[in-house]
Amino acid sequence: MAGRVLDLETPAWPDTYGEEARPRVGFFTDTSVCIGCKACEVACKEWNKVPSDNQGFSGESYDNSGELGANRWRHVAFIEQKLPVGVEGGAPDDLVAEAARQNLVEEGLDPHRDDDGFRWLMSSDVCKHCTEAGCLDACPTGSLFRTEFGTVVVQEDICNGCGYCVVSCPFGVLDQREDDGRVWKCTLCYDRLQGDMEPACAQACPTDSIQFGELDELRERAAERVEKLRERGRGEARLYGEDPDNGVGGFGAFFLLLDEPETYRLPPDPVVPTRFAGSVWRAAGAAAVTMVAGIAAGFLGRRRG
Amino acid sequence: MSPREKTLVPREKPTSYYGRPIVKPPVWKPEIPFYFFFGGLAGASAVLAAAATFAGRPALARRAWGGAFVGVTVSPLLLISDLGKPSRFLNMLRVFKVTSPMNVGAWILLANGGATSLAAGLNLLDEDRRGGVPEVLAAALGAPLATYTAALVTHSAIPAWSEARAEMPFVFAASATASAAGAAILTVPADEAEPARRLGIAAALAEEAITALLHRRLGPLAESYEKGTAGRFQKAARACALAGALAFAAGDDAFHPEHRRSSFYELFRGKDERRRAKLRNALSMSGGALLLAGSVCKRWSVFKAGFQSAEDPAQTIRLQHGEMAKAGLAVSRP
Repeated sequence: MAGRVLDLETPAWPDTYGEEARPRVGFFTDTSVCIGCKACEVACKEWNKVPSDNQGFSGESYDNSGELGANRWRHVAFIEQKLPVGVEGGAPDDLVAEAARQNLVEEGLDPHRDDDGFRWLMSSDVCKHCTEAGCLDACPTGSLFRTEFGTVVVQEDICNGCGYCVVSCPFGVLDQREDDGRVWKCTLCYDRLQGDMEPACAQACPTDSIQFGELDELRERAAERVEKLRERGRGEARLYGEDPDNGVGGFGAFFLLLDEPETYRLPPDPVVPTRFAGSVWRAAGAAAVTMVAGIAAGFLGRRRG
Repeated sequence: MSPREKTLVPREKPTSYYGRPIVKPPVWKPEIPFYFFFGGLAGASAVLAAAATFAGRPALARRAWGGAFVGVTVSPLLLISDLGKPSRFLNMLRVFKVTSPMNVGAWILLANGGATSLAAGLNLLDEDRRGGVPEVLAAALGAPLATYTAALVTHSAIPAWSEARAEMPFVFAASATASAAGAAILTVPADEAEPARRLGIAAALAEEAITALLHRRLGPLAESYEKGTAGRFQKAARACALAGALAFAAGDDAFHPEHRRSSFYELFRGKDERRRAKLRNALSMSGGALLLAGSVCKRWSVFKAGFQSAEDPAQTIRLQHGEMAKAGLAVSRP
């Protein structure tokens, strides 16, 4: 933990835990090897007893579960794209690049591409367990808290269903469950972590698209992976959310994507509302003072009434 | 990235995953915009009442304290109704958390509720009361009660809300002041209500001016406030506020025989005194009702704008790509 811990530190972890702090853990979701099997969705629902919801067809490719919400803590996106051959970033400029691409295909690293330029992007989305978590800061009851693993969890016996975290999350992760009015989200399998087990989704993932581990190690692994993909002609491969200098101080669960974040329903440059709390409160304070002054001024002057 | 890629795949309008919103719209029920209204009414009424108490206008003061008391009584009920059960409100009081405007707001509401109830009680018991610590406290806590609800919405991930953070508290303050003035005028004898009438006019005009400023600065994000349901509420709010201010202005001068040159007075020159008084009263009352209605519509407009902004993923994407900042519009990204 030493050395790199500064990059991992959150406002409450590890300081508030002292000796009890455990290494900060998270997910690295490598979408380049996601095959859209939805085993993560199912495993998550099974383990966490997440209720079923929409049973219909959405018409959105093979995705019938839509997006993350109170009853969906992992969500697999299916994006169908028809692009001119070789266009998506890795346009083969020379024979070397073409050879590298061929190598990629042979190694099974490029499974969703047809010759006609059709490609299928699949990606398993999840709560980002932000270093600076908007939901946690906004929660008025203290129900949302930072665990000893550096993750963000809702305590359901304290949540009062105010819904403030819902509008404070830059990723639209949290939502209210209709029957009880409280919010629910990924706990990064807090119970399993306490038993030294990896989260259910990561365990179920058959291609290691979802990798669980200590965050600093995951960041290293991801950097190597994206480098490797680029070398092999996948110039569009990019990491999303791994940077501790981003608007939420880095994600605890970050991604390797093959297109712009918004293609996957991810915000391109999220910022935690707490970062502008100063200007919010200054304006509210100034308005309050102006109001008192204005009303007092209304009583000045000659009394006519 | 090769240069070829850029020319081959042009991206026009930013789209999200099947057009789905990136941030979630609020899950708040209709109680919440009404809470914004009643919280504002309570807060501004407390300031108005305190000012009236110290200025020695007991008739106005007592009615305004009444308005403040009604506001702080209805407010928690609305919040509890939104949460589902009373114990859930208490969960907010297990911590004091400065990073959460909602938590800070719950404490402000509670503290103001205590101070306002005390001040209202004292003013009711003693007609000649000239003010003291309870009045000062109620006013000092009343102003933030009226403006923190603006901080509550701007401290969020919803583009049209968060980008409005510089102006929204002033919009709420003006709207709250207008509602407090409106409520006072409905209950106070006409000749005692003059400061409230002046404040009502000033607040309605200020609200319009700040709103115009805000919408101009927001650029494309202002769409959320100007179109759809939010836009309809916004138009209604503007119509009510301006009509209310006009009614006050017409009624105001006419009360004073020395101001006979007012257009209102000219209009009814020939009428007898009793009918004139009746008309003046009607104008004053309808002005008060209009300001109250305008304030309700304003909060509904802001409330609905949050939904509309969240539901449009292009707003989130464009804002975060820095498009609006580049065009010199909106945005104050930290």
